[in-house]
Amino acid sequence: MATIILFAPLLGAIICGFFWSLIGERAGQIIATGLVFLAALLSWVIFLGPIPETEHVTILRWIESGSLATEWGIRLDRLTAIMLVVITTVSALVHLYSFGYMAHDENWSDSEPYRARFFAYLSFFTFTMLTLVTADNLVQMFFGWEGVGVASYLLIGFYYKKPSANAAAIKAFVVNRVGDFGFALGIFALFFLTDSINLDDVFAAAPTLATTEITFLWMNLNAATLIGVLLFIGAMGKSAQLFLHTWLPDAMEGPTPVSALIHAATMVTAGVFLVCRMSPVYEYAPDAKTMIVVVGATTAFFAATVGLVQNDIKRVIAYSTCSQLGYMFVAAGCGVYSVAMFHLFTHAFFKAMLFLGAGSVIHAMHHEQDLRNYGGLRKKIPLTFYAMLIGTLAITGVGIPLTHIGFAGFLSKDAVIESAFVGSQYAFWLLVLSAFMTSFYSWRLMFMTFWGKPRGDHHTHDHAHESPMTMLIPLGALALGAVFSGMLWYNSFFGKEDVMREWFGMEPAVHHAAEGEAAAGDHAAASTAHSETAPAASTATETAATATETAAPDAAAGHATAETAVTDTATSADTAGHGTAGGDTHGAAPKGGIFLGPDNTVIHQAHDVPTWVKLSPFVAMVLGLALSWLFYIRRPDLPGKLATQQRPLYLFLLNKWYFDEIYAFLIVGPAQWLGRVLWKRGDGDIIDGGINGLALGIIPFFTRLAGRAQSGYLFHYAFAMVLGIAALITWMTLFGGAR
Amino acid sequence: MDNLLSLITFLPAIAALILALFARGDDAAARRNAKWVALTATSATFLISLGLLAGFDPSNPGFQFVEEAEWIVGLKYRMGVDGISILFVMLTTFLMPITILSCWTVETRVKDYMIAFLMLETLMLGVFCALDLVLFYLFFEAGLIPMFLIIGIWGGKDRIYASFKFFLYTFLGSVLMLVAMMGMYNVAGTTCIGGCETSLLTTDFPHEPLRIAGYSISGGMQTLLWLAFFASFAVKMPMWPVHTWLPDAHVQAPTAGSVVLAAILLKMGGYGFLRFSLPMFPVASDMLAPLVFWMSAIAIVYTSLVALAQSDMKKLIAYSSVAHMGYVTMGIFTVNQQGIDGAIFQMISHGFISGALFLCVGVIYDRMHTREIDAYGGLVNRMPTYALVFLFFTMANVGLPGTSGFVGEFLTLMGIFQVNTWVAVVATSGVILSAAYALWLYRRVALGSLVKEALASITDMDRRERVIFAPLVVMTLFLGIYPAAVTDIIGPSVAALISDYREAVPLTTATAALHE
Repeated sequence: MATIILFAPLLGAIICGFFWSLIGERAGQIIATGLVFLAALLSWVIFLGPIPETEHVTILRWIESGSLATEWGIRLDRLTAIMLVVITTVSALVHLYSFGYMAHDENWSDSEPYRARFFAYLSFFTFTMLTLVTADNLVQMFFGWEGVGVASYLLIGFYYKKPSANAAAIKAFVVNRVGDFGFALGIFALFFLTDSINLDDVFAAAPTLATTEITFLWMNLNAATLIGVLLFIGAMGKSAQLFLHTWLPDAMEGPTPVSALIHAATMVTAGVFLVCRMSPVYEYAPDAKTMIVVVGATTAFFAATVGLVQNDIKRVIAYSTCSQLGYMFVAAGCGVYSVAMFHLFTHAFFKAMLFLGAGSVIHAMHHEQDLRNYGGLRKKIPLTFYAMLIGTLAITGVGIPLTHIGFAGFLSKDAVIESAFVGSQYAFWLLVLSAFMTSFYSWRLMFMTFWGKPRGDHHTHDHAHESPMTMLIPLGALALGAVFSGMLWYNSFFGKEDVMREWFGMEPAVHHAAEGEAAAGDHAAASTAHSETAPAASTATETAATATETAAPDAAAGHATAETAVTDTATSADTAGHGTAGGDTHGAAPKGGIFLGPDNTVIHQAHDVPTWVKLSPFVAMVLGLALSWLFYIRRPDLPGKLATQQRPLYLFLLNKWYFDEIYAFLIVGPAQWLGRVLWKRGDGDIIDGGINGLALGIIPFFTRLAGRAQSGYLFHYAFAMVLGIAALITWMTLFGGAR
Repeated sequence: MDNLLSLITFLPAIAALILALFARGDDAAARRNAKWVALTATSATFLISLGLLAGFDPSNPGFQFVEEAEWIVGLKYRMGVDGISILFVMLTTFLMPITILSCWTVETRVKDYMIAFLMLETLMLGVFCALDLVLFYLFFEAGLIPMFLIIGIWGGKDRIYASFKFFLYTFLGSVLMLVAMMGMYNVAGTTCIGGCETSLLTTDFPHEPLRIAGYSISGGMQTLLWLAFFASFAVKMPMWPVHTWLPDAHVQAPTAGSVVLAAILLKMGGYGFLRFSLPMFPVASDMLAPLVFWMSAIAIVYTSLVALAQSDMKKLIAYSSVAHMGYVTMGIFTVNQQGIDGAIFQMISHGFISGALFLCVGVIYDRMHTREIDAYGGLVNRMPTYALVFLFFTMANVGLPGTSGFVGEFLTLMGIFQVNTWVAVVATSGVILSAAYALWLYRRVALGSLVKEALASITDMDRRERVIFAPLVVMTLFLGIYPAAVTDIIGPSVAALISDYREAVPLTTATAALHE
């Protein structure tokens, strides 16, 4: 079934992309859409069923070299299933939506076919994204990783006649490559250290990594930390985290359905997925997790501040996405991967919906995207308005405080913030602040678009019209998700740890409220034991220590086993082999879609945070709404005044903290300058001029000769030269050399 | 068949001879005939070489299809292939019909042109098959001549300068190699490369330190021999900083010349490192590997930056070739399975990709007679098929997973990471730069609105051009999706190469522990 899900979109892309001229453009579109709907249907079947064991499907051999063996394959566990549902659902709806949205496009003349190409790209993207999330090894994940990059490049640059779209496409690809650079190094490091890049092997070796040192460049680092950081750099690129975020706002050059699918719901969440997928490694890399929390929280805050002042409707939502991704990373970095996935899951629905809603507005307004030219559209496009309203209620986190009733974002965002309170105070406060700003800019967008008087071109406003059904149905479907997805799956992702563990196919928690203290104590003992023995003893003892760590979660009665394992380590290395299933060098991979270390109790503690913490995001949301109402409904003159009064700050935010300018000055410019200098001075003057002074002296001589004697003479000369040498060597070897 | 290798190697030369002796006149019919003869001969060679591939036993790491015969004055004629060389043979025979087909529109001195390419094919095949030092040297050096002629006669405006730069660079490198070969014969007493009772591959060349003019040379004779070979192969690759002949040669060469140059001739250097430097002088290789690593890493970054600054399409692709060859040299001297597998894979893959990229330039050069990037723009509007093909190979060049360009790059980087993380980091940064220059080129040529007057009536690829590109697309995809097809063949020979090398130069204990 998973195989069909994976290949249906590829088939659609091929049929639609290469054979539309045979079957007709519309038929191509319908086939591509139908196949993605099929994939979506099957994904829900998998998602709603139980997934007790991780399934592996092998499709084909791939890169093999020495001990490196990679395959094209499918890994199906809960984590994959969540992503499958998100990707195929949003993709299917976006396909459908595109029938309406792309029906007429002023970027193309009537004779230019573009629709089939668009659908082919969408389906191709869906395929590559699916290969990413179903990967059973890191190299296939890298394939998907770069594949979605290409699809994104193609779709951002879809309007290839527009220079700005082409520039944005290249920027997206190249900035992503900076992340890929880290990702690739992470894979190399993993292979170097564990001799495998298959997920199960890597997971099994993770505890060993935690006790291994590696020299990387000038640094002596903990291996798990190094790998965690390198992989996270990859995640930063794809998920547009701070410093590598600059491509995401520009990516809005692509058609709006693309923004909804790729730059809101799926591709940009790949980084979060990666961190969750690699949770068995991150659980042993506390420093890397700290970095993730800091970067995530800072991004959430940064993007929210920029979102406050943007005027392009899509860019507001783009910065909002960037900010929400920060939330997800904070959750992942705190060690509550299920919460990160929860927010990813709900965010996909409401953010895709906001984008598609924005697309509907843009469609209605004849491709006008400036909020300042909107206003009063509530009556003109009521259905779109309600959709956007639901999306806004979801993203700002509206719900009934202290209950589990609310829009999707209410449940998932609160879960993130509560976890952050346990994990990091820095992140907690930044996220609460961001929640306030999120509420402000989301309502600002709503108020400027749907309330007030029409601004801008009257003609456009007069002709504003509701979108066709193909566009409204997807909005309705996503609205369902935006309203209910949080409440329905709250317990599975966050609410009840037992349910969550079972749902993800993990072992039951070793320590619960009552035994928590004791188990943690035991674990501390185990750690001490192996830190004492490890330096003194050989690799064998280290393996034993590994066994201790893997044994703990594996064991049914954690309490007893933890003690036994400690004894094992302390007494002899031989008996420790019993701790692991196979007695292999590495233990077995932990079960389940995600992994929580034995001393990871964040999710448990997050349930017990003080009431004021639980209330804080709600208060922030209300304040944001109130301020937004004051600014854009009650006193519309205030924003202008504030902007004038705080001009430097306003410009700083409007120009997105000047990241683009700084990069242009620090990186792009110097690189081009260096290229020219190396070429003209390096190749030209130094190498050709210096090292080959000899050659340069000779060549003009020959050139003159050639000019006089025509080519024939010259070439005979060359022949003679080589034949002479050949004769020489023959003679030398025959009569000179051998003694 | 006993003489299969000789048949494959000399079939093109026989066709060349037939053309030279029997083809008369220079009218349209004669030109057509010459082209058909060349196409038939190269295609037949390819078909026969398929038999070679079918009969090759990948599990045997030694030389196969070995032929031996008496030759002039006591020298031996020895041919044979192993897992390392057979794919270069296949690459050559596969690309030559495509190359011939790509010069279908040439109308000047067609017969000579065809003879040059046919001779070139024989000589290139000879290099990869020769198992005797003298034979190898003859093929290796003589290969220069047809290439020199192709650039010098059918090349662009500054062809004389370029062809001489090409000739002198490569030739000066070879002189040193010549001396080294005499020295090797002195020690080994044989010119047999491998597959004989006493061969160069089984000879231990002395590596005790030598004192020359007061300086002690560690690695002794091996170091000297290594350096001499290095001079020749490094120029051929070409490695930084002796790469400057390549952009000039490419720019001036006709399209087909560029294809052969980039796709096959450059690989002789890499093949040389694998056949001579690494197995015959392991001590010196081990000692000088850091030099190679840094030259390679610099090459990758340096030439990628230079590529960013180019305004000539061919020059840009030529610089990108140098960068890609950087991965190859780096991978070879890691002396681990991933590194060397990756290096060979990268060479094969680069043969398809760079060949295709030069053909892409050729397609529009044929129409507009300029290689200036600024002369183009918006081609996708009138040439959708071309734009698609060009994009495909641009992405392959960038090393996109799923294309063959990825596998080599990835494996070599994986190999170097195990040896030196500094070099690994510098070299990996090449993936960022390559994306920048390649996509920047693509944007300026293919994307945007079509505004230039001259391009208004440009036509898309015709059937012949599609036929040329189709096999290249197929191979690039096939090897990207199923690279095991290549690694299965090269794996055992590479493993044998590595284990022999490790006998001479054991891994240091620290590294060894990590690989247990």
